Amino acid sequence: MARIIAGVTTSHVPAIGAAIDNKKTDQPYWQRVFSGFEKTKAWMAKARPDVIIGIYNDHASAFSVELVPTFALGCAPEFPPADEGWGPRPVPVVKGHPELAAHIAQSVILDEFDLTVVNKMQVDHGLTVPLNLLCGSPAQWPCPVIPLAVNVVLYPPPTGHRCFMLGRALRKAIRSWPEDLRVVVLGTGGMSHQISGPRAGLINSKFDKAFLDNLTRDPKKLTRIPHVEYMREAGAEGIELVMWLIMRGALDDKVDEVYRFYTVPASNTAVGHIILENRRGK
Amino acid sequence: MPRTQQDYDDIPGTFVFDAERSRQGYGINMFCMSLMKDENRKAFRADEAEYLKRFPLTPEQTRAILDRNYNRMLELGGNIYFTAKLGATDGHSFQHLAALMTGMSQEDYAAMMLAGGRTVEGNRSKSGKDARRKAGAKRKAGAKRKAGAKRG
Repeated sequence: MARIIAGVTTSHVPAIGAAIDNKKTDQPYWQRVFSGFEKTKAWMAKARPDVIIGIYNDHASAFSVELVPTFALGCAPEFPPADEGWGPRPVPVVKGHPELAAHIAQSVILDEFDLTVVNKMQVDHGLTVPLNLLCGSPAQWPCPVIPLAVNVVLYPPPTGHRCFMLGRALRKAIRSWPEDLRVVVLGTGGMSHQISGPRAGLINSKFDKAFLDNLTRDPKKLTRIPHVEYMREAGAEGIELVMWLIMRGALDDKVDEVYRFYTVPASNTAVGHIILENRRGK
Repeated sequence: MPRTQQDYDDIPGTFVFDAERSRQGYGINMFCMSLMKDENRKAFRADEAEYLKRFPLTPEQTRAILDRNYNRMLELGGNIYFTAKLGATDGHSFQHLAALMTGMSQEDYAAMMLAGGRTVEGNRSKSGKDARRKAGAKRKAGAKRKAGAKRG
């Protein structure tokens, strides 16, 4: 049976990708950010997941305003990096796991989560930057990745509670897959940031730290945060944090926090990162 | 028809890209999306006003785009992930746009971010209602003192 061994969350700031692509990672500004992921890479090498479920949002790359799916599951064999205006990022093509993805789609839809099945999709920095932070810059990503794109661009995104419950449904789907696979669920985005309007530049470290604390200890409390509070406290774009709750919903109630990192800023954003392990997964 | 008031309209300096703005700003965002193609960028640069006629835009929206008035674009239904493509077409970094929207120089904006960003204290609410509620437990004066500190 497939099982979720851990959940990881990290911000997906595009400038982090640009720093990698333009070989600026040694600059002191970027060292402060990247040094926080050295332990992560070592952890990943040891965890050796067979599949990653990559929860992220598209930034007007694969989806314009013509079509805005709330939850879209990537069921294709592969997902090329999107051209976000400067040519596609020089990162490996994301290889999917179409069989498991189809199983997940079927399971969660019957579990009353009406997600959109996507058989052709390009993936942008929202997914590829976190993969760099977890895996570095290898010639191929170490395992298949099933992308789950969540709308957090057009208001309203799904509620935190809905996201958490989708995580629960994901967990059920994964557990009912007969093959013995080690799965890591990756939640991305956040933490506090606002990149639009006169209030751009907002950072709220106090909110972020409390969010990280509760993500480990009391995630149900986080599921009750209304959208207006995310936007007020963590910035208009800080609402992306609801995606972290899908990851948390997919984990067991009691988890071990094995690593945490937080720094301000990367470009306009507070960078937060956490690794939570399921106890039974060990 | 006037815009329906929403709870998040009370957040200062923020234009939430909701269903109503998305409907209104469809032309702005599809114009920005078109700039992902080099041939379109070239056509836009050759004659901006002429190129904009390809999209369903109101005169106000066209003006905001030609003037590079990014806050006005957001107010009229543009979304930042889309309007950023216009900024990129003009050769600007994202931080340039962010500074522009906040009315700060790029240097001051970058310095504010390095110093920890814009504080939420004093920036929660237009009405002040929420600021009082949030800061109440920690004494209002403390929250007020901090409010100006990081505004840059």
